[in-house]
Amino acid sequence: MTDPSLLEIRDLHVTYATGEGALPAVRGVDLTVDRGQIVGVAGESGCGKSTLASTILRLQPVNATVTGEVRFNGRDILTMKWGELRAVRWAGASIVFQGALHSLNPVHRIGAQIAEALHVHSSGLGETTVTGRIDELLGQVGLDPERARAYPHQLSGGQKQRVMIAMALACDPELVVADEPTTALDVMVQAQVLSVLSDLVRDRGVGMLMISHDLSVLADLCDRITVMYAGRVVEEGPAAKVFADPLHPYAGALSAAFPRVGDPAARFAPAGLPGDPPDPRHLAGGCSFAPRCPRAADVCLPAEPELVTYAEGRAAACVRIGEPRSPAERSRDHHA
Amino acid sequence: MTTTNESTGTVPVSARRLTRQRRVAAWKRGWAQFRTHRSGMVGLGILVFFVLVALLAPILASSQGLDVTTANGPVLGAPSGHYLLGTDENGRSVLTLLIWGSRISLFVGLLATLISMVIGTLLGLVSGYFGGWIGRITFRLTEWFLVIPFLPLAIVLASVLGRSLFNIVLVIGVTSWPGTALLIRSQTLSIKERAYVERAEAIGAGRWHQIGKHVLPNVMPMVFANTTLTVAIAILSETTLSFLGLGDPTRTSWGSMLDSAFEIGSITTGSWWYIVPPGVCVVLVVLAFTLIGQALEEVLNPRLRARS
Amino acid sequence: MSLVADPGLVSESEDVQTRTRGYASYLGLKVLGAIGSLMFMLVVNFFLFRVLPGDPARTLGRGRLTTDAQKAAFNKAYGLNQPLPEQFWTFLKNTAHGDLGISIQYRVPVSHLIWERLWPTVLLVGTSTILATVIGVYLGIRGAWKRGGRFDKISTSLSLTLYSMPEWWLGLMLIAGLGVGFWFVPGIFPTGGLHSPDVNPSSLHGILDTTWHLVLPVTTLTLAYLADYSLIMRSSLLDELGEDYLLTARAKGLRDVQVRNRHAVRNAMLPTTTIIALNIGFVVSGAITVETVFSIPGLGLLSIDALQAPDFWVLQGFFLVASAGVILANLVANLIYGWLDPRVRT
Ligand SMILES: Nc1ncnc2c1ncn2[C@@H]1O[C@H](COP(=O)(O)OP(=O)(O)O)[C@@H](O)[C@H]1O
Ligand SMILES: [Mg+2]
Repeated sequence: MTDPSLLEIRDLHVTYATGEGALPAVRGVDLTVDRGQIVGVAGESGCGKSTLASTILRLQPVNATVTGEVRFNGRDILTMKWGELRAVRWAGASIVFQGALHSLNPVHRIGAQIAEALHVHSSGLGETTVTGRIDELLGQVGLDPERARAYPHQLSGGQKQRVMIAMALACDPELVVADEPTTALDVMVQAQVLSVLSDLVRDRGVGMLMISHDLSVLADLCDRITVMYAGRVVEEGPAAKVFADPLHPYAGALSAAFPRVGDPAARFAPAGLPGDPPDPRHLAGGCSFAPRCPRAADVCLPAEPELVTYAEGRAAACVRIGEPRSPAERSRDHHA
Repeated sequence: MTTTNESTGTVPVSARRLTRQRRVAAWKRGWAQFRTHRSGMVGLGILVFFVLVALLAPILASSQGLDVTTANGPVLGAPSGHYLLGTDENGRSVLTLLIWGSRISLFVGLLATLISMVIGTLLGLVSGYFGGWIGRITFRLTEWFLVIPFLPLAIVLASVLGRSLFNIVLVIGVTSWPGTALLIRSQTLSIKERAYVERAEAIGAGRWHQIGKHVLPNVMPMVFANTTLTVAIAILSETTLSFLGLGDPTRTSWGSMLDSAFEIGSITTGSWWYIVPPGVCVVLVVLAFTLIGQALEEVLNPRLRARS
Repeated sequence: MSLVADPGLVSESEDVQTRTRGYASYLGLKVLGAIGSLMFMLVVNFFLFRVLPGDPARTLGRGRLTTDAQKAAFNKAYGLNQPLPEQFWTFLKNTAHGDLGISIQYRVPVSHLIWERLWPTVLLVGTSTILATVIGVYLGIRGAWKRGGRFDKISTSLSLTLYSMPEWWLGLMLIAGLGVGFWFVPGIFPTGGLHSPDVNPSSLHGILDTTWHLVLPVTTLTLAYLADYSLIMRSSLLDELGEDYLLTARAKGLRDVQVRNRHAVRNAMLPTTTIIALNIGFVVSGAITVETVFSIPGLGLLSIDALQAPDFWVLQGFFLVASAGVILANLVANLIYGWLDPRVRT
């Protein structure tokens, strides 16, 4: 048998119990991250990206029911003993959260918060070793080591997120999960923080699962991209291909939603997709994207499409791929 | 516009009616949510019972029974078929006293709360809405009144002005408004940030107009929840003041009953029927208001709702 | 690689003030505020006793001034015939010198009387506060951490019931149950007083005897305060539980207990500590009813006696001490808050 992948998610289902019934947030997701690989997960808000991320360290809320497998180095996180799980947390895989600005405890100095992670995973570290390591980490994310004595409220949003990145790398994890690490920041700062994160990760050969609603950002940073819609994977493939030549109409809409530099068609690209993602509690049968899909036809309605391999390393869940386009569609594409 | 017909749907509904409809809908939604709070509903049940007792007091027990001179029961008689809860030291039925006492307790509690709410809401709105020296002065005033110790003030006022029901209401009202004012102030401050207030300001709407039109309706829900909690405290305070003998000696309240019971040594003589029931009534009514207030807070405060 | 050199990284568009103001200036502001409150209380005090009554000489000297000559002498001594601003000045001067007048009942300076009666109150309220804090905070933490569980349900209902109960009535019930006894159950504890009449309070036997006498009143006050503290701790902790930084703490691999104690509880203690500190300010007021019920010769009982007499000098001194206590506790609460919460401090 070959070495297991760093992260292997198989047939993952997550259902939330809510006041208004069961809410299936993730429905049968498969996903693999190899050592040193950066994998992107794209999708609109509400399609289950954060839910997916939370299961990787078994951090899902109490009202969630999870089935399937989340294998980290071959061991299933979901059934692991607590002690083993705590060891994997942060030292094996760490997370940079979406709610970036509130992820640090307001009453502890940031140095102490980084030190805490270090102490949890290697007992008996000397004072000087710890301070030295903190200085080094802060330096790597472009912060003055003096800042270790600061409290979170004394830092700007971008600085806080840098601290989170430094903290995420503190225990030399093999995997970093970044859940929309920059959405809460100013546009200017976003790019800086993203480059700090991706450079460090690349540099150290750490695997990363990068979550974003912005396909263009992922296309730049990632090796592979998984596109999610309503809790399912609708397309998976090499980053550049998924962005430049999407197979699934939803991936197409996402890639068109953000202007591509140098592409003349980008000027006419639709600003977004009409309508909203469906409420996971009330899914009609059939393809869940059909109600918003420009290519929807009768064949889309009977059953939810399976993820099918179309070319070397490329898969999509759409029954209409390869079907000839109707004249109406062709004219619409032409204008687009 | 006056002939608007809702059912056709084609004719635009007048703005005022729309607002009203929305408000009615909001109330209905709130009530539906409140109903899911079991403890709140229990509180409401208890409260309805005591309000009915207070309102129907003349029917339930003749006020003749309060008169010491005509009372003809046994002195401190134990509960019997005739006197369900026994009698007091003057031979009056404890049950009658209890029924009439509910009136004073509820009345004082509600009136004191009304005073506290009016002052608290007004000063809270002003100190939150107006910046500058008006805001600063009202805020300082609130802070000052916050540190007036309640019972000592009550004792001092009773000694300087004499004992009366009015005194009790005044003391409770004057000492409990600062808490409300601070709450309303913080609510007002956050509402002021919202877009529509700024917009109203931009089109030059007067300040009091804005407060009345935009700020007040939005803080009202919190005032409402806070009122319920304040009534609970006011009733407790009334009982304590009456127990200390600071209330109107001629009126029977649960607190004054407990005062008499304590004075004549009900504890040592074992006449429990004189000292247990009034206390239980106080606990029940205060608990009822507290439970309702907590449920209301949870329904009306989105932050609290999210965490449940 | 070093990213520090990248100029783009250093010049972030957001600019945050690193140091807003130090603890010293925070402290200074709070002290000033406390002085302001104190001045306000003096004005209120003056108003209550010299302006409100109409004829202060009669009010303040009631029961003693029989002849007009006595009254005039009294007025002169306390400056009651001066115009109000001057009277206020005299009042301020006397208060500053600790001259709170002479008790009409006891014929000793009010300041001595208050000093003497302060200790039973401090003993009673201090012990109860410590006990209630420890137990209440524990109950609140355990309830909130397993919200909706059996422990939470029981402790919340208990706390709510105790909260709704006048503390003195609870005291009466305890006296009836454990002091006097009921049915065939004999009473165990003394029903009142601070010590038995025949023992020397400073001997070992006397100390044990006092402790024995304090069991019921301390239990009463402890239960009353405990209800408040456990409810406050519970709701502050519940407020914290939804916060993101707790997720970070769990993700870091901390144990449940560590997440709770180092992160959640640490933050939830901020509001709780403040409220407890504030409550201590109401020491004097809080003890009034319980001292009455258990006949403990503290400040509370002193004030009730003074009300019956009436002994206005004592009442005035009492009111002054009571409000000064609140202001002091308020200040302490603010200082603790600033000390615990870096957002205020720095
Ligand atoms: N704790 C929760 N309880 C119930 N529903 C939840 C919870 N968290 C998320 N959801 C729902 O699950 C769906 C997916 O949410 P999420 O994973 O946060 O999506 P994304 O990160 O892609 O925006 C949404 O419909 C959201 O409302
Ligand atoms: Mg998300």
